[in-house]
Amino acid sequence: MAIRRKLFASLTALLGLALSGVVQATADLNMRPGVTETSLEAYDLHMMVVWVMTVIAVVVFGLMFYSIIFHRRSKNPTPATWSHSTTVEFIWTAIPFIILIALTIPAVKLLIKMEDASNPDMSVQITGSQWKWHYKYLDHNIEFFSNLNSPQQTEHFEQPGIAAEPNYLLDVDNELVIPANKKVRFLVTADDVIHSWWVPELAVKKDAIPGFINETWTKVPKPGVYRGQCTELCGKWHGFMPVVVRVVTEAEFDQWVAKKNEERLAAEKAAAEAAAKSWDMDKLMALGKETYDAKCAACHQVDGSGTPPLFPAMIDSPMVKGPAKDHIDIVVNGKAGTAMAAYGAQLTDAELAAVITYERNAWGNNTGDKVQPADIQAFKAGN
Amino acid sequence: MADHHPTGIKRWLFTTNHKDIGSMYLWFSFIMFLVGGAMAMVIRAELYQPGLQFVDPNFFNQMTTMHGLIMVFGAVMPSMVGLANWLIPMQIGAPDMALPRMNNWSFWILPFAFAMLISSLFMEGGAPNFGWTFYAPLSTTYAPPSTDFFILGVHMMGISSIMGAINVIVTVFNMRAPGMTLMKMPLFVWTWVITAFLLIMVMPVLAGAVTMMLTDRHFGTDFFNAAGGGDPVMFQHIFWFFGHPEVYIMILPAFGVASEIIPAFARKKLFGYSSMVYATASIALLSFVVWAHHMFTVGMPVAGELFFMIATMLIAVPTGVKVFNWVATMWQGSMTFETPMLFAIAFVILFTIGGFSGVMLAMAPVDFQYHDTYFVVAHFHYVLFPGAIFGTTAAVYYWLPKWTGKMYNEKLGKAHFWISMLFVNLTFFPMHFSGLAGMPRRIPDYNMMFADFNQLASIGAFGLGLSQLLFLGIVIATIRGGKKAEDKPWDGATGLEWDQLPCPAPYHTFDTPPKVN
Repeated sequence: MAIRRKLFASLTALLGLALSGVVQATADLNMRPGVTETSLEAYDLHMMVVWVMTVIAVVVFGLMFYSIIFHRRSKNPTPATWSHSTTVEFIWTAIPFIILIALTIPAVKLLIKMEDASNPDMSVQITGSQWKWHYKYLDHNIEFFSNLNSPQQTEHFEQPGIAAEPNYLLDVDNELVIPANKKVRFLVTADDVIHSWWVPELAVKKDAIPGFINETWTKVPKPGVYRGQCTELCGKWHGFMPVVVRVVTEAEFDQWVAKKNEERLAAEKAAAEAAAKSWDMDKLMALGKETYDAKCAACHQVDGSGTPPLFPAMIDSPMVKGPAKDHIDIVVNGKAGTAMAAYGAQLTDAELAAVITYERNAWGNNTGDKVQPADIQAFKAGN
Repeated sequence: MADHHPTGIKRWLFTTNHKDIGSMYLWFSFIMFLVGGAMAMVIRAELYQPGLQFVDPNFFNQMTTMHGLIMVFGAVMPSMVGLANWLIPMQIGAPDMALPRMNNWSFWILPFAFAMLISSLFMEGGAPNFGWTFYAPLSTTYAPPSTDFFILGVHMMGISSIMGAINVIVTVFNMRAPGMTLMKMPLFVWTWVITAFLLIMVMPVLAGAVTMMLTDRHFGTDFFNAAGGGDPVMFQHIFWFFGHPEVYIMILPAFGVASEIIPAFARKKLFGYSSMVYATASIALLSFVVWAHHMFTVGMPVAGELFFMIATMLIAVPTGVKVFNWVATMWQGSMTFETPMLFAIAFVILFTIGGFSGVMLAMAPVDFQYHDTYFVVAHFHYVLFPGAIFGTTAAVYYWLPKWTGKMYNEKLGKAHFWISMLFVNLTFFPMHFSGLAGMPRRIPDYNMMFADFNQLASIGAFGLGLSQLLFLGIVIATIRGGKKAEDKPWDGATGLEWDQLPCPAPYHTFDTPPKVN
C-alpha cells in the first residue's frame, strides 16, 4: 500500500514536472519582457514586428501553397501566359513601404529614449577585461571585480553535476548592486579586447571597447537579481564572464554602501599590516597559490604550463628565473602589446608578493627567492 | 572542332575550359562544405548538453572561426563561381569565359589558400580563434601566431574572387551572342554580373582590413590599437563595409538560380523580369549603405543608428518584390515538383523566413536584445543554408543532366530534399528560441535553461550533416551510371543552354555564336 502510494505520488510528481516543463518551454519560446520601462517597450515592439511578419508570412505563403495545390500540372494542365503587370507590381512595392514606415516610427521613438543617458542619479563605470567585470561606483568610492563564481575555472567544470545548478555560468562572486527607481548611468569600457555587457531583463547591451567609453543607462522599478552574460567574443573564456545585477531598495543600497566602505577601510588596514610584516615562505606560497589559481591560471594554467606561445609557460621561464625586479614589473604593470594585464591595482601588495614568490618556487622552479610585500611597496614607490 | 586537351592530372592543372574549371570549383566547394560541416559537427557535439564534454573552449573558438571562414569563403562563394563558370558562357552564347588563363589561375589559388588556412589548425598556438569576423584587437594583439597564415590566406582568396569577378564582367559585357541584349539575359547572368560588381568593390576593402591587421601585428602601426591612437571600432566599420555586400554576394546568384528554375517547372515565364533586374540592382546598391546595422551596440551616435536602421529596413522592399514575383510566377502555372523545383520552393520559403528575422534585426532598439545571440545565428543560417546552399543544390540537380548527360535518381533526389528540409529546420529554427531566451553566440557551454533547444539543434545538425553525404552519393552515382539524359530533360526549361545545346554539353560550345531572336 505504502509502495503504491509512493509510486502514485512520484508519478503525479513526474506528470506535474512534465506539464510544468511544457508550460516552461512555451514561456521560453519568446523574448523575456524584462522589468524596465525600456525593456517592456522593446518587448512590445518585438511582439509587434513578430505579428506583422507572421501576417505577411501567412498571406504570402498561403498564396504560394494555394498555387502549389491548385496550379500543379494535374489540376491546371495549361499554364497562363501573362508575365507582367505594372499595377500589381506597384502595389506590392508600395504596401511594404507603408508597413515599414509603420514599424519605423515606434522604433525611432524608442531608440531615442534608450540612448538618452542624461541626468542620471548615479554612475557606475564598467570595465571588461579577460574574463571579468570591474565595477567602479563613481559617486561612492567603491570598486570591485566581478568574476564567475568559482575558485578556478578549469577545475570548476570537473565537479560532477555542476551544470545542473540553476545559476550555472550565471553566478558571480561580487554582484553589481544598484538602487531601484534610480536612473543609473553605466560608463562602459574595456582593458584588453572588446566585450559586451548585457542584461536581457534590463534591455541593456553595450559594447565595452578598449580606449573608448560608451554610455548607457537603466532605471529598474523592481528589486531583484538580474543575470546576463558577455555577448562579444573576447577569447577563450568568453562564455564564462557573467553579469549579475542585484537591484535593492534605496535604504538597502545605502546600507550596502556603508558596509562596503567599512570593508574597504578594514581591507586597507589589513593590507597595510600584512605589507608591514615579513612573511615566511609557507605563508607566501599558500597565499600565492590561492591568488595564482584565481587570477593567473586562466591563461598560464594551474600547472604553470601556459598556453604558448600567447601565454608563456611559467616553468623555467626566463622571466621567472631572472631578476625579481623584472618579474615584479610585469605583474604590477603588465606588458604593453601583449595580453598580460597590469595587476598592480587589482591585488594587494601582500598578494602580489605572494604570487610572485609562488611563481618563482612552484612547479620545480625552486629559485628560493622570497618576495616580500615591502619589496612591492619599494618597487611601486620607485616606479 | 575536336576536344583537344591534355589527359590525366595535366588536363585539370592546365585547363582553360570554363566547364572544367566550373567542375573544379564545384568539387572544391563541396569538399570545403564537408570540412566546414565537420567543424560544425564538433560545435554541435559540444553544445549537445551543458558542461564541457569534448573540447577545450579555445579549440571551440577555433572551430567556430574556421567553420565560418571555410563555409563563407571556401564553400558558398566558390560554389557560386563554379555555377558562373559552367553557365554564363552557355547562357549568353559565348565559347568560353573572356579570360581563360586567368580563370585557371583564380581557381588554382584557392586550394593553396585553404591549405594554408587549414594548416593553422596544426600550428603551435592553434588556429585563428577570434570568430570569422575577426574583430580587433582580439585578432591582432591577442591572436595566435597562425593569424599571419590566415591573413595571407584571405589575401589569396580575395585575389581569386576579384579575378573571378573581373572575368564574369568582361565575359558578360563583351561576349554575348548577337541579339543577346542586356535585358534579354537570363536572370542568373544578371544576378551574377551584379554580384561581380559587388565583389570587385568590396574584396579590396577586406584586403585592406587584413593588411592593416598585419602591420598592426608586426610593423608597429596602431590602426586598431586605441593605446596608440587607433580605433578598434574602425576595424568593424571596414570589415562590415566588406561584410554586408558579402552577404549579398553569397545570396544574389541563388536568387538567379531560383529565377531560372521556378519558371521552368511552372511552365510559365518569369513574372516581372525587368523588376527582378532592378530589384537585384537596388539590393546591391543598398548593401553599401547598411553596414553598421551589424554594430548597433558599439556606441554610435543616435543619428547614425537611425540612418542605418532605416536604410536596412528599405532592403525589405526590393527583396519583397523578388519573393512576390516568384509567387506570381507560380500562380496559374502548370507546376510539377521535381527535385530542383522542391529545392527552389524551399529556398523561397526559408530564405523569406530569414528575411523576416532580418527585418526584426534591423530595428535597432530591439536589436539590442537580439544582437550577438543565437537569434542572429538562426537568422544568417536561414539565409545561408536553405538560402544560398539550397540554391546551389537546386542548380546542381537542374543542370546536372546538362553537365553530365545523365539523369540523377529522382526518388533519391526527393529523399535528399525532404531529409534536408526536415533537418535544416530542426537545426536552425530552435536557435531563434535559444537566442530570444538570452543565449549569446560563440559560447562553448551554457546554462541549463538553454538545454532543450540546443539538444534539438544538435540532433538536427547531425542529421543535416549526414544527409549531405546522400547528395554526394547521388551525384557520384549519376556521373558513373545515371540514365542517359534527353537533350531537354525539363520540358519547361528555356534559354540557350537548353534550346541550342545537347546533353551533355560538348567540351566546346558556341564556337560560332548562336542566333538569339
